[in-house]
Amino acid sequence: MAADKDPVTGGVMPARGVSRRTRLDSYVDRYATRTHGMTASEIRALFAVASRPEVVSLAGGMPSIDGLPLASVADSVSRLLATRGASALQYGSGQGDPVLREQICTVMALEGIQAHPDDVVVTVGSQQGLDLVTRIFCDPGDTVVCEAPSYVGALGVFRAYESAVVHVEMDDAGLVPEALRRALASAAARRAPVKFVYSVPTYHNPAGVTLTAQRRTEVLDICAEFDVLLVEDNPYGLLGFTGEPMRAMRADESERVVYLGSFSKTFAPGLRVGWVLAPHAVREKLVLAQESATLCPPTMSQAVVSTYLAEHDWRGQIKAFRELYRERRDTMLAALTEHLPAPVRWTRPDGGFYVWVQLPEGLDAQAMLPRAVTARVAYVPGTAFYADGLGSRHLRLSYCYPTPERIREGVRRLAGVIAAEVELRETFGASLPPDAGAQHTYERPGPDQS
Amino acid sequence: MTQAASTDQATSTAAARIVVLAGGLSHERDVSLQSGRRVGEALRRRGLDVQVLDVGVGLLDTLRNDPPDCVLPLLHGETGENGALREVLGLVGVPYVGSDPQACRLAFDKPVAKSLIARAGVRTPPWLALPAETFRELGAAAIMAAVLTRLGLPLVVKPARGGSALGCSVVRTEEELPAAMVACFAYDAVALVERMVAGTEVAVTVLADPEPRALPPVEIRPDSGVYDYAARYTAGATEFVVPAELSPTAAAACAEVAVTAHSTLGLRHLSRSDLLVDTDDHVWFLEVNVAPGMTETSLVPLALDAAGLDVGAVYAGLADDAILSADKSLSQ
Repeated sequence: MAADKDPVTGGVMPARGVSRRTRLDSYVDRYATRTHGMTASEIRALFAVASRPEVVSLAGGMPSIDGLPLASVADSVSRLLATRGASALQYGSGQGDPVLREQICTVMALEGIQAHPDDVVVTVGSQQGLDLVTRIFCDPGDTVVCEAPSYVGALGVFRAYESAVVHVEMDDAGLVPEALRRALASAAARRAPVKFVYSVPTYHNPAGVTLTAQRRTEVLDICAEFDVLLVEDNPYGLLGFTGEPMRAMRADESERVVYLGSFSKTFAPGLRVGWVLAPHAVREKLVLAQESATLCPPTMSQAVVSTYLAEHDWRGQIKAFRELYRERRDTMLAALTEHLPAPVRWTRPDGGFYVWVQLPEGLDAQAMLPRAVTARVAYVPGTAFYADGLGSRHLRLSYCYPTPERIREGVRRLAGVIAAEVELRETFGASLPPDAGAQHTYERPGPDQS
Repeated sequence: MTQAASTDQATSTAAARIVVLAGGLSHERDVSLQSGRRVGEALRRRGLDVQVLDVGVGLLDTLRNDPPDCVLPLLHGETGENGALREVLGLVGVPYVGSDPQACRLAFDKPVAKSLIARAGVRTPPWLALPAETFRELGAAAIMAAVLTRLGLPLVVKPARGGSALGCSVVRTEEELPAAMVACFAYDAVALVERMVAGTEVAVTVLADPEPRALPPVEIRPDSGVYDYAARYTAGATEFVVPAELSPTAAAACAEVAVTAHSTLGLRHLSRSDLLVDTDDHVWFLEVNVAPGMTETSLVPLALDAAGLDVGAVYAGLADDAILSADKSLSQ
């Protein structure tokens, strides 16, 4: 009888008249400690609505790949399969295709990096690069220092390896060197081993700011002073809106910097091809870790990227992307200025995908999200970018994917949502707990240039 | 529909082609997609031709151009449960499973449902329904003070319309009330503020085939103590006891209350009432759902399973009944 079988475990049901107890998960007591935070969340549920076309999503960081010459890329891929299909569909080297690694060095040269292909490890997106770096350096409880706020995907990796995250203040010029020095000194005093400093120095995600040239030197000096490795995550480096690409930190320091790069923003995120450039000894460990994780990065994806770099005007394409994103950035900043009231502040990115918005005192971007989804606009609440629950007054807006028209409409809707929330908070304001808008010292806003 | 659609029952033939509606634009889109997938699979296993469709601008044309035998609306939240979508399905003339628009409107609005069910002699925790506008016009502090005087503590604050515990808060101290109100108003313009009754949390499914009958009650024991969104949709976060460990008197009373709620609001086919059993074995009605969740961690599938019923067989039977009812109303 089917009724006698447990639908989840397949086990035998208790006899008639006896209650059955179930948690609907037979493995509930067997998961690793690190999975304890992996629960269903209201925020995730709300994002399911954001994927609908009726909603203007200013949340995701999807690049706009409409501009790619897809027909021409298709021809290249077709030729690739016809002529080199047997190798492109076969397993490959754990370190990645040697030709692609040479091409990656050419790409990095645009940011002043002189590297040898032997020191490059191809990864499944730079996300896997960060995963491998954390895997080889961090034991549970080890400390990673990163900006406040920091890239949400990085925080997820650090959580998975049970690392302790220490946030360090930023301002309009990026990471504040003195704050970094204090954080490292404090960790040293506590004998808490800091395994590396993780930074997105150029066109920061989510803050949109860029570490100035002078501060880059200072940050590298501080890392040297405390003998700490710097992990430079640079997916947006070539997507600046003014002048030449910003010089990478790795360009000026090869032994103390592990550099993460990606083709996701400059070509195609669906291929999942990124890379790590690391000092020799670290690179050796990364290759072994990569082989254990995936055997090899996807050969077909690597071959497609390599072919694209060889046969297409990729520099011209990056230039076209820069123009496209600059127009969208301008549209978003103009719309913010037009629609949002004075107490709202935001950053002015010189490249990349994101604007970081600070709401008026007392507002909570996460609590406001249901109202926004009802109004058919979505953003990422600021708390996602902090490991310690702060950031409630902030939200991240992205301008990379929606068209200028949709950006304008999204910001217009957001303005209505904020106005309604402000009114509600004013109604209850005097009764709300006094610490509702409390901020850590490092939670200071980015620059207000609105 | 015949009594008790057991797993061994042969597949019906009337409802050969079924459209399951899931997704939509409500805050419960994700839950609805999971419900739709699960019911769709259960029906396919019985050999039915099932299409799971999202709700969008092209839906009506799709239903008009290629009308299915029956529609199963598994949309949770606003459009799916407030009667609006069913009103439109009626306009298009497609038979659908579940309650009619009028009954949905009554059930979806929690204060309205509580009023009607209280009038039918069922206990329900004392409550107030308060629009955000009222706080704005009359001043929040004075209203909240009056609420606390009337209802005392602890309280439960929830959106008047909505589900999956989204926007719900338990208020144990006076200071927690303003934040709970603000959180609630992010989901709906009207808040239901209810005195919290301590007791055993129980969900009772009513299946009308055709007479409404209560299935075994499901007892809910969330690890966190609160059956919130995470406790509902994270497998392992809540222990369920089926049938609930209640005294025979309380179990009978739960069944009676759920059937009363179903009948009083004029619901059809399937509903789930959320109840509390206090230490004196009194049963308190909290709310009733016209499109209850059918996900892997939902309560109705547990109740169906405990009753020896198969999800696919039950929905196929209900679809048959919907088609038959539609035929009857056409011929009258």
